[in-house]
Amino acid sequence: MTNLTDLSLADAVKGLEKKEFSAVDITKAHLKQMEDFRHLNAYIVETPDVALKQAEESDKRRASGTAGYLEGAPIGIKDLFCTTGVQTTAASKILEGFKPQYESTVTSKLFADGAIMLGKLNLDEFAMGSANTTSGYGNVISPWKRNNGSNADLTPGGSSGGSAAAVSARLCLAATGTDTGGSIRQPAAFCGIAGIKPTYGRVSRWGVVAFASSLDQAGSFGRNLEDASMLLKSMSGFDPKDSTSANKDVPDFVAALKGSAKGLKVGIPKEYRVDGMPKEIEDIWQKGIDWLKAEGAEIVDVSLPHTKYGLPVYYIIAPAECSSNLARYDGVRYGLRVDGKDLNETYMKTRAAGFGDEVKRRIMVGTYVLSAGYYDAYYIKAQKVRRLILNDFLEAYKQCDVILAPSTPSAAFAIGENEDDPIKMYLNDVFTVTVNLAGLPGLSVPVGLNAEGLPLGLQLIGRPWDEETIIRAGGAIERAANFSAIPTLLSTKQKAA
Amino acid sequence: MDLPTIKKVATLARLEMPDSELEAVRVKLGNIMKFVEQLDEVNTDKVEPLANVVDIKLRLREDVVNDGGQQAKVLANAPEAMEGFFVVSKIVE
Repeated sequence: MTNLTDLSLADAVKGLEKKEFSAVDITKAHLKQMEDFRHLNAYIVETPDVALKQAEESDKRRASGTAGYLEGAPIGIKDLFCTTGVQTTAASKILEGFKPQYESTVTSKLFADGAIMLGKLNLDEFAMGSANTTSGYGNVISPWKRNNGSNADLTPGGSSGGSAAAVSARLCLAATGTDTGGSIRQPAAFCGIAGIKPTYGRVSRWGVVAFASSLDQAGSFGRNLEDASMLLKSMSGFDPKDSTSANKDVPDFVAALKGSAKGLKVGIPKEYRVDGMPKEIEDIWQKGIDWLKAEGAEIVDVSLPHTKYGLPVYYIIAPAECSSNLARYDGVRYGLRVDGKDLNETYMKTRAAGFGDEVKRRIMVGTYVLSAGYYDAYYIKAQKVRRLILNDFLEAYKQCDVILAPSTPSAAFAIGENEDDPIKMYLNDVFTVTVNLAGLPGLSVPVGLNAEGLPLGLQLIGRPWDEETIIRAGGAIERAANFSAIPTLLSTKQKAA
Repeated sequence: MDLPTIKKVATLARLEMPDSELEAVRVKLGNIMKFVEQLDEVNTDKVEPLANVVDIKLRLREDVVNDGGQQAKVLANAPEAMEGFFVVSKIVE
């Protein structure tokens, strides 16, 4: 029998349908793989008891002919989604031991479709970071290594670093993520997998620990676009409990992969050719252009003139919303409490002890830009430039159907690099952040390895509510790139065995 | 940003910050604020601020009780609870 952890999500569901193996079999195979790769620290909490119970119930449903869309598929859940009775921390010490008494809409939907939860995946604290180095539960280590003899541990990217590392290392078939400024697309690119961030409003935010509410959007990871599309379909849909959830039908995202790129107008934004862009990034971008052309797409030059202001806008709006959202962690109703001499001191001590440095920094920036006298100069100004960024995209979409760009300005870097200066870390999101500001759908698809043997990804950005076109164009790139590289640590293990 | 500003913002944000940390925080926050000040280059006259991208009107629902009676669940994660209440240190002298 083939290794069950190597199956794609789509093939696993087919195998379960044909009764080639049971949900319990494939769950146990993943639990074993999680044990073997525990040093990657991808999971904050493994939930083997929950998983095996769900797997047994899944096998019963299968036997009684009531199988769901993802019936019996073991997946990982980013530890930002509330799960009933299972610790949910947002990777923060301030939420250590917090056991939600309710289920997020996303996990409810996944479970209703028959998915099995293997555990809660590590992330940057409150999803604030691009290297998964701000987690209160330790760094996540990428299963990839440079091929130049360096043994340096690399970052899987962030904030959904645990999700990307786990999918890449076969510690789950697919995983949920969230993307506020690039937190699905950047780790997907760094780990050589596919990641989709849908249009803002497509997936319910109810039960997702909030960071920046006008930017946060949940999405999916898979080892290919079909898997990521399947998971996304299950997660998507109207939810009255989220005031920004859209009452729109959910398309069959997987069916979009059957289309070709023929006739698509693909926009190439000239402002993404940033100074000092590594040649390997330019090269894969050109390859992507050539592949789409070969399938019959028309390439159009477009301009997104306010691109360079995306990060400055983001680093006002996201901290502002974060400072407001994180005000709830006061040591009274849940989470950590450090007692002071009075209630005010209890707040101050609790928050000082519970939050990490990056989270504190963002709360401070947010508090400052929202404070009296600075609100107009910073916050309102940023919201105005945010509109100009959205307008750039709307203008571009008069000329094209989809935009093609690199996912990241480089391949994965070593853990510890870019840590000295927050701005350096922020620059990782230069190609992804404007998409959140404009609320658009975006995805990253793996296209090849750089000279050091590390994965690189390309990004497709679509019109609002048009995930289907980015998936269709992404599918064309996926077919042409035929990316099949296996993470270094997995191939090493296979050789040893 | 000067040190008194850092101290004031930390108080507003309810973050205890020892004096020994203030200078390091000041430098990092200063860099971030310098970075975001690039926005001053952009002409935003007559541009409406964009608060949210979704083109959705907030929905109204029937004004009826549709949830509640979950005291035990609400208190389940409290650091300290008693008699159905959250417990905090004395506020009124």
